[in-house]
Amino acid sequence: MFDAGKVIIGLVIFLVLITFPVWYNATIGNASYVPDPQIITTAPACVAPTAYMKASHMDLLNQWRDDVVRRGNREYVAADGTVYNKSLTKTCMDCHSNKAEFCDRCHDYVAVGQPDCWDCHIAPEGGAR
Amino acid sequence: MRFLVSLVAVLVLMGAAYFGSASSGGQYLFGVIIPYAAIALFIAGVLYRVLGWAKSPVPFRISTTCGQQRSLPWIKNSTLDNPHGTLGVLGRMALEVLFFRSLFRNTKAQIHGRPAFRFVYGADKYLWLGALAFHWSFLLIFIRHYRFFAEPVPGAVLGLQSLDGIMQVWVPSVLITNVLIIGALVYLWGRRLVNPQVRYISLAADHFPLLLLLSVAGTGAYMRYFSKVDLIGIKQLAMGLVSFAPVVPDGLAPLFFTHLFLVCVLFAYFPVSKLMHMGGIFFSPTRNLANNNRAARHINPWNYPVKVHTYEEYEDEFRDVMKAADMPVEKE
Repeated sequence: MFDAGKVIIGLVIFLVLITFPVWYNATIGNASYVPDPQIITTAPACVAPTAYMKASHMDLLNQWRDDVVRRGNREYVAADGTVYNKSLTKTCMDCHSNKAEFCDRCHDYVAVGQPDCWDCHIAPEGGAR
Repeated sequence: MRFLVSLVAVLVLMGAAYFGSASSGGQYLFGVIIPYAAIALFIAGVLYRVLGWAKSPVPFRISTTCGQQRSLPWIKNSTLDNPHGTLGVLGRMALEVLFFRSLFRNTKAQIHGRPAFRFVYGADKYLWLGALAFHWSFLLIFIRHYRFFAEPVPGAVLGLQSLDGIMQVWVPSVLITNVLIIGALVYLWGRRLVNPQVRYISLAADHFPLLLLLSVAGTGAYMRYFSKVDLIGIKQLAMGLVSFAPVVPDGLAPLFFTHLFLVCVLFAYFPVSKLMHMGGIFFSPTRNLANNNRAARHINPWNYPVKVHTYEEYEDEFRDVMKAADMPVEKE
């Protein structure tokens, strides 16, 4: 092999970078962590099925915001016919009452950053309502 | 129809993963077995190719350079284009790897003017711009994806992500690299279709990687901006893979498996394709060798010891005969 020293240094850098997730999680990280968002509720169901809310809640919240703020429409009819008030503070936060223990758990886990909600709304800090 | 073959190949791959991941066995195949196999092929393949190159000798300095070589002290030399030492070579390599300096010199030959035709070389920076936009976006997207492979997510990844989404349009924020990579790939593939000369020299091995990358970026962007997927489940799958305790959570979308499979195909295909220029650029003899041909002696490493018969030895052998024939000799 020619220039063995330089080639091996290059390959070691390549291997260290490409295996970053493996050694990071084995040393600094916590690979087995699973987020556990806390919900305090007596309500029988959410405004939409859990699977939909898990993946697409931002679409629903965005839709509600536009409906309320721009169109003045506050009525949301769920799939089962229940009518909800389109309101973050008066509907969502009744059950999802703590930002740090609900929202942030998953948002931090997959690093989706801080949503815009709290630019206008006061972030809930839990407690009975 | 070389591009059509590539297009069909990519569509078949997408279909295989989309429909193949419907059963739980299929999810294990596309979510665990294929990713492990692809990464193993990628790492082993890259090592094999690089070690193979390292075994090939480069006997002489190939000085296809663009600047004045260092010679006499009063002749100004070009340190970066025609380096004579290690530091200059490092500078030239850094500019090449990070900013594609030699592609920046790309020219286009055209016939101009009517009726007096003239053959004219003009600057053509679009290829350089497209390549730069694609490669940098791809690197940043690759680093951003560490958010699925590291817990807690490193601060650098978070910072990069918020910088990438600094435009704050749409929910979730449109990332600049997403727009750039798709635009650049469409351009880079488009020029292979539209420009007749480039189309003529484009093989399936040129079309396929571009289409594969386009399908990877496309499925990724579609999941992020339109269809939405269960990110918590995806991160659990990814974390299981990197901690060697694989789990396949329920309810992962077929589109996610499609995206993952296309990335696996990219990894597995990488070492056997032109994409190996990632490692190959470091082995470019016209870039990584200092031009010191006149200052230092370079000996061809595969020179075998040549058996020589010097005149002195010749004379020793034939001195008597030479003297008898009255031929002059050096030594009596």
